[in-house]
Amino acid sequence: MSKYVKIVEQAPLLSNAQKFVKFWNRALKGELFVGLWLVFKEFYKGQIHTVQYPQEKMPLSPRYRAVHELKRLLESGNERCIGCGLCEKICVANCIRMETGYGEDKRKKVFEYSINFGRCIYCGLCAEVCPELAIVHGKRYENASEQRASFALKEDMLTPIDRVLSGQEFEFLGIGSVSVDADRRIKATPLKYLEDSAEANENKETAMESSKEIKQKEEVHA
Amino acid sequence: MNYLIETLIKILLVVLIFSALAGFTTYVERKILAFFQRRLGPTIVGPFGVLQILADGIKLFTKEDIVPSGANRLIFRIAPTITAATAFIAMAPIPFFPEFELFGYIITPIISDINVGILFVLGVGAAGLYGPLLGGISANSKWSLLGAARTAVQLLSFEVVSGLSLLAPLMLVGSLSLIDINNYQGDGITNWLVFSQPLAFVLFLFAGYAELNRTPFDLLEHEAEIVSGYATEYAGMRWGMFFIGEYASMISLSFVVSLIFLGGFNPLGFVPGGIAIILKVSFLIFLFMWARAAYPHIRPDQLMGLCWKILFPLALLNVLITGIVCLGGGN
Repeated sequence: MSKYVKIVEQAPLLSNAQKFVKFWNRALKGELFVGLWLVFKEFYKGQIHTVQYPQEKMPLSPRYRAVHELKRLLESGNERCIGCGLCEKICVANCIRMETGYGEDKRKKVFEYSINFGRCIYCGLCAEVCPELAIVHGKRYENASEQRASFALKEDMLTPIDRVLSGQEFEFLGIGSVSVDADRRIKATPLKYLEDSAEANENKETAMESSKEIKQKEEVHA
Repeated sequence: MNYLIETLIKILLVVLIFSALAGFTTYVERKILAFFQRRLGPTIVGPFGVLQILADGIKLFTKEDIVPSGANRLIFRIAPTITAATAFIAMAPIPFFPEFELFGYIITPIISDINVGILFVLGVGAAGLYGPLLGGISANSKWSLLGAARTAVQLLSFEVVSGLSLLAPLMLVGSLSLIDINNYQGDGITNWLVFSQPLAFVLFLFAGYAELNRTPFDLLEHEAEIVSGYATEYAGMRWGMFFIGEYASMISLSFVVSLIFLGGFNPLGFVPGGIAIILKVSFLIFLFMWARAAYPHIRPDQLMGLCWKILFPLALLNVLITGIVCLGGGN
């Protein structure tokens, strides 16, 4: 017959005398007053943490993921999107839809671009996969509106052209862009490390050999 | 005739002032509780949110008066009135201020100095629990029914303590009239009954908190367990009347405690009596909110255990000791 092992032991049964002592300790230690004093200190210090939301807003992280933006090139104001369709493919919620074709100048153009924000889970994959930093996550999180479509169309998300031309638009640093310290964190390929270590070994061996030669010469001289 | 007119005016003033004060106390409670919990409380309506109660009042008055389909309509509608009415009836034998003179008349700010004053206050206060009880039973909702059952539990628990704890100070004073009790403590702070009867003071506070279902004993409408207890099905002004009643009884209980134990409206050094009692009442109301911020709710069985196993024997012991001291030549 299998034997059950209790992992959690039951609290030891107290005798009446022990119970009485426990009761009086509780009654006389003044734990009730400790609680009162604790909350009174908070009352006295007055450290209010309330953010009065419509008037005050919390600062957002630069990599916050809210409603998307379609970016333009800073100098020319042309759309960055090249219509590759990667974002449409990678979208896990299947909420991106784009129509592409060739424009009059025989270059690929994006005619329609829409995101169903009722389905979007704001995972950021589209911004990460975009090779041109064309679709990024902006910081507009107050997306309540009367119409469901108010944010979802291309003209809603695209940066206005006059804003770019007047020089108010800067390089985007949020989600989708390369991180600020990307250059510093860049690493050589694995083979490069092998080559480096091989070179280092060779140098060591030559150094060892030359020291041996010197020793031999010294011995000869001696 | 003069007496009749005077009493009517007093009644009108008491009802008007205390229903307004009850509303204002909800604002004060929200604000103070917010500061205890590192929040701001109401800030939008009026300066520092003072007019929030006005906005709430408009909302409560214009809300639809919903009676659940299976409810006993008559009792369901009467129940909030019982709570609100008893809260104000209990104020009848309470002397709020010392006598003062106005346009040559000597005015006693008490509606009626009946000789069983404190007994009347306790009785009417306990009858006020018929409001939650009937409202909970008649609402045809499981949560309300549980709330009503807890009302009965609470009534049976605190009632024995509140009566017995007051017995000892009353034995010292020898009168049930609140004015007599107040005058007994007239010779300065050392005569306050809280110093000769500290145990009775604590016990009566416990019982009072249970009677008004304030937080440590807030079983009737324990939000985390039974939605809103007896008030679950109430909406609009009927719900509001429960709370005007609760806050009005809070104020009247604070008056009673400061009259019986804290020296009442006797002048306090250079502070005149009228100001002194207002200070005491303000402190007691602050204590209500302080306790609400500090303590968690307790379970019904814990309340019953506390009242019957601990407070009840302590109250009996207090009565016994006070009786021995009285017979031994104190009074």
